[in-house]
Amino acid sequence: MNVRLLLFLLIWPTSIWAQGFAGLGTDAEGFSVPERGYVFDFPADHGAHPDYRIEWWYLTANMQDAEGRDYGLQWTLFRSALIPDEIDGQIFMGHAAVTTPDDHYVTERLARGSLGHAGVTAEPFEAWIDEWQMVGDMEVLSLKAGSDEFSYELELRNEGPLIFHGDAGYSVKSAEGQASHYYSLPYLALSGTLALPEGEVEVTGEAWLDREWSSQPLSDTQTGWDWFSLSFESGDKMMGFALRQTDGSVYTYATWIALEGETQAYPDGALSATPLETSQTSGAEVPTKWRVELPDRGVDVEVQAINPNAWMTTSVPYWEGPVTISGSHKGRGYLEMTGYE
Amino acid sequence: MIRTTLAALMSYWRRNLLQLITLLAGIALATALWSGVQAVNAEARASYDAAAATLGEGRFDHLRAADGGSIDQETFVALRRAGWLVSPIVEGRINGVRVIGLDALTAPIGIAPVSLTEQADLGAFLSGGGQIFGRPDALAALEGTVEAELIADPNIAPQTLTTDLVFAQELLGREGEIDRLLIATVQPKQQATLAEIAPNLTRISAQSGSDIGRLTDSFHLNLTAFGFLSFAVGFFIVHSAIGLAFEQRRPMIRTIRALGVPLNILLALMMVELILFALIAGVAGVILGYFIASALLPDVAATLQGLYGANVSGTLAFRASWWATGLLIALGGTTIASVSAFLKLAKMPLLAGGQIRAHVMVAGRRAAVLAILAAACAVLAVILAATADGLVSGFALLASVLIGAALALPLILDQMLRASQSLSSGAKAQWFWADTRQQLPGLSLALMALLLAMAANVGVSTMVSSFRLTFVDFLDQRLASELYLTVEEDRAKEITGYLEPRVDAILPIVSAEAQIKGVETEVFGARVHSTQRDNWTFLDAMADPWDQVAGGAGILLNEQLARRTDTWPGAIVALGGQSFEVVGVYGDYGNPIGQAIVSEEVFAELYPEEIANNFGLRISVDQVDDLLSDLETQFGISSENVINQAEIKAFSLQVFERTFTVTAALNVLTLAVAGFAILMSLLTLAAMRVPQLAPVWAVGITRRSLGQLELLRALILAFFTILIAVPLGIVLAWVLLAVVNVAAFGWKLPLFLFPADYLQLAILSLLAAALAAFWPALKLTRLRPAELLKVFANER
Repeated sequence: MNVRLLLFLLIWPTSIWAQGFAGLGTDAEGFSVPERGYVFDFPADHGAHPDYRIEWWYLTANMQDAEGRDYGLQWTLFRSALIPDEIDGQIFMGHAAVTTPDDHYVTERLARGSLGHAGVTAEPFEAWIDEWQMVGDMEVLSLKAGSDEFSYELELRNEGPLIFHGDAGYSVKSAEGQASHYYSLPYLALSGTLALPEGEVEVTGEAWLDREWSSQPLSDTQTGWDWFSLSFESGDKMMGFALRQTDGSVYTYATWIALEGETQAYPDGALSATPLETSQTSGAEVPTKWRVELPDRGVDVEVQAINPNAWMTTSVPYWEGPVTISGSHKGRGYLEMTGYE
Repeated sequence: MIRTTLAALMSYWRRNLLQLITLLAGIALATALWSGVQAVNAEARASYDAAAATLGEGRFDHLRAADGGSIDQETFVALRRAGWLVSPIVEGRINGVRVIGLDALTAPIGIAPVSLTEQADLGAFLSGGGQIFGRPDALAALEGTVEAELIADPNIAPQTLTTDLVFAQELLGREGEIDRLLIATVQPKQQATLAEIAPNLTRISAQSGSDIGRLTDSFHLNLTAFGFLSFAVGFFIVHSAIGLAFEQRRPMIRTIRALGVPLNILLALMMVELILFALIAGVAGVILGYFIASALLPDVAATLQGLYGANVSGTLAFRASWWATGLLIALGGTTIASVSAFLKLAKMPLLAGGQIRAHVMVAGRRAAVLAILAAACAVLAVILAATADGLVSGFALLASVLIGAALALPLILDQMLRASQSLSSGAKAQWFWADTRQQLPGLSLALMALLLAMAANVGVSTMVSSFRLTFVDFLDQRLASELYLTVEEDRAKEITGYLEPRVDAILPIVSAEAQIKGVETEVFGARVHSTQRDNWTFLDAMADPWDQVAGGAGILLNEQLARRTDTWPGAIVALGGQSFEVVGVYGDYGNPIGQAIVSEEVFAELYPEEIANNFGLRISVDQVDDLLSDLETQFGISSENVINQAEIKAFSLQVFERTFTVTAALNVLTLAVAGFAILMSLLTLAAMRVPQLAPVWAVGITRRSLGQLELLRALILAFFTILIAVPLGIVLAWVLLAVVNVAAFGWKLPLFLFPADYLQLAILSLLAAALAAFWPALKLTRLRPAELLKVFANER
């Protein structure tokens, strides 16, 4: 879901293949490639797919404390394979963040699969890097991460169905057909404690887990990505992204998730996202107020960052933070923007 | 009107393209000097960081198995999963070379040869085939024995190879084994205790790696001071360049004003013009600085990447600030340097502008002001030299010495010329000296630049060389033994028993915390041996200090303790209820706390519970490798516990070689700037001098001979300036080493003199002056007789 990360994770192995196996290498050499009609198999598919080059367990959450103050949270584990299927060739990268209206705490961890301090198992489900972990049975999960500045320990309870994006989980990312396998758990109820420099905070809220894996999901002409996960007060939800292309055009996609969990996929062109305001963050200048429209569902909303400076000062920097929604629909959600620096 | 005036102003540059180029070049050179010095400083810093990374191997706290064995990978994972940010290290020897395996993904920043910012490299480093980093001679030891890619890297310690943990484990046949775990300095808030997770590991505190750090800090401080000095030199050149431009445009400005252009518009336009030039030249200067640095300095690419942000991710902001500083220097320098020129212009009577100012007319009054200021600086310097006790007063002393010397320069030169004049006979010689004195005010700024450049160079050379001698001496003294060995206390007897017949001497190193005169002190017990007698030098000592220590009544103190308590040889100090006579004070560079040495026997009486587990081993150099491998096979003592002093010394010497290269670069650069300042001044004077030279020509001295005299004059003035610059440079170095350093770090670095270096610098400076004077002299030789004749015909 994060373009720079995708590029980054893809560049690594590519260069190795280019060096080690000069002449052989296309991007997906030796790796499996997502295919339309793939039949998901749970719980196995909650685990790692080391035959694919890249994969992530990406959780974001909107939360409030007792006084109604907004908080955002991120817990992500990326997997990148240098060599398909071999544990020696797996590298993990963890990103964790907590965003308040005034502050944004970020931290990062790196690990290789072969040493064992990071990994993912499907049954019982556990994704971990160092002391950070997401563990449980996909109905109840416990989540933990931290740094020298902050930490959190939360419980997640799944209260809805699992959602497939694109064509039954086959999510196309460009006109040339690059794609990934992509599903979400968007109905996670959350409660727990944030330990921040100013003290401990009890929070409750809603979390959204994205699962995606691929081997070559981006086109050369794509420079960055704006991704929205929006939860409306009506109970409906929407996931949408706009991939920015070098010629100034965008490739868009949206999944509408009705209250009952029924989904509808919208192909390129249905969704539009227009920047209204930009902010100078501690990294790049990024749009922090958007107009998002999905006319087919009567959606015409303004999406506003709760803390415009939610810049991720990680090895690959990007913007990721909680947003509020106003206009035709009201609610909260998460925004990710990459490729701006 | 504005456009027309601007066109008129610009037309001057079109007609005097050469002058425009010299003005731009002047600003560009000054900026380049500044940028270059920054690069040089950064390069030195990077070199020392590499040295510190290697020399201060225990920079990080680390965990080791209490039984001295290896740590298994499960323990590492258990620690990471309990919130401990630790990074595994495995090491061993292959063909006598030390092989270190580390995990680039968890290693503290600066430890691994590749990092996440160099994406492709990291991938290759981690991939199964392996990459091995090391110096070429160390890599040669593996040539042909491994498949891995061998990569030369000067930043790795000698006789050491660095590679990926897993690959190193394979190479060493130690799959799954870890020797120690480095503990990152920043740890998560929530963490289990070590006893819960890994009770069999002990935490070893970082060695006082600050030793090297503080020593190099002192070096950086001094280099920074010279960075400012070089800016001062750059400032002089910009001043000269602008002075020339304004001086020569006086008639034109008079005409423009006479035509009705208001003064403020004219001034504003000239300011805009100057800012434009400063920007253009500033950009050129930053780029020039880049090329100078990259052409002159070996291995500077990495540093420049950091400075200029070339393809290093996340440094874009830094890069902008780098450019901004360079341009700010150019703009600021130009503005400050042009203030006096603008003021003069603003005060100039409308029609008086045409006259070219005869410098000599105001010289008398100016000389008096200069003399008063110089005297004030000298008095201040003397007071500060006697009383300076902090960094600020140290730098104030430095500033007053420099400014005082620069201000006094014209006066001293005038006296020297006057003396030369009285020694000479003949009309031509008398005229030559008198004419030289007459020109002095116009050349004094350029000569001040030369003085400062030369003094800076003498100072830098003296400081760097003194630093090197001290540092090497210090290493000789502290690392006199061939090998240093650390063992567990309960095995000390067994291992020393084994070593006894195999080495020339075993020198235990044992210490305890104590208070001497209220100052926290580390007391060492020394086994007195010829090693110390041969290698230790004292700042101040009684006769045969080591014999007196061996006798039991003597104690040695380090300089810091001696200074802090004002206790010098002959004084009596109390330690553990006994009295000792201070018999020597030794230099202990880099150590922040007090240190004292008594004999081994006395120490054992005072601190019976302290048992030595560090030993210096004296052994002939050719047996070192054998002994190392025997220690490993017999006792499992890994190379981490043995320090081979030859390796450390060789490495620090290499670091100094690089510093010398950068010093040479600095010398060439500052002299080039000073030479340029002289050229500019001579050009300024050349036009004004025609009326003065015409009568001399008319009485029969040929143009050729006049040209030769011009050249000679420049050389003589440069020579006199150099005579003043050498002692000034030495004073400068002394202030830095003996005043600023003591204030900043509590120890004095001894000053050594290097006459051969000074001679070389003097020759270089003369060469610079000769080069600068050559063109104006040549122009004079080729001056058309008609121009000279005009002097008698024209009113000008």
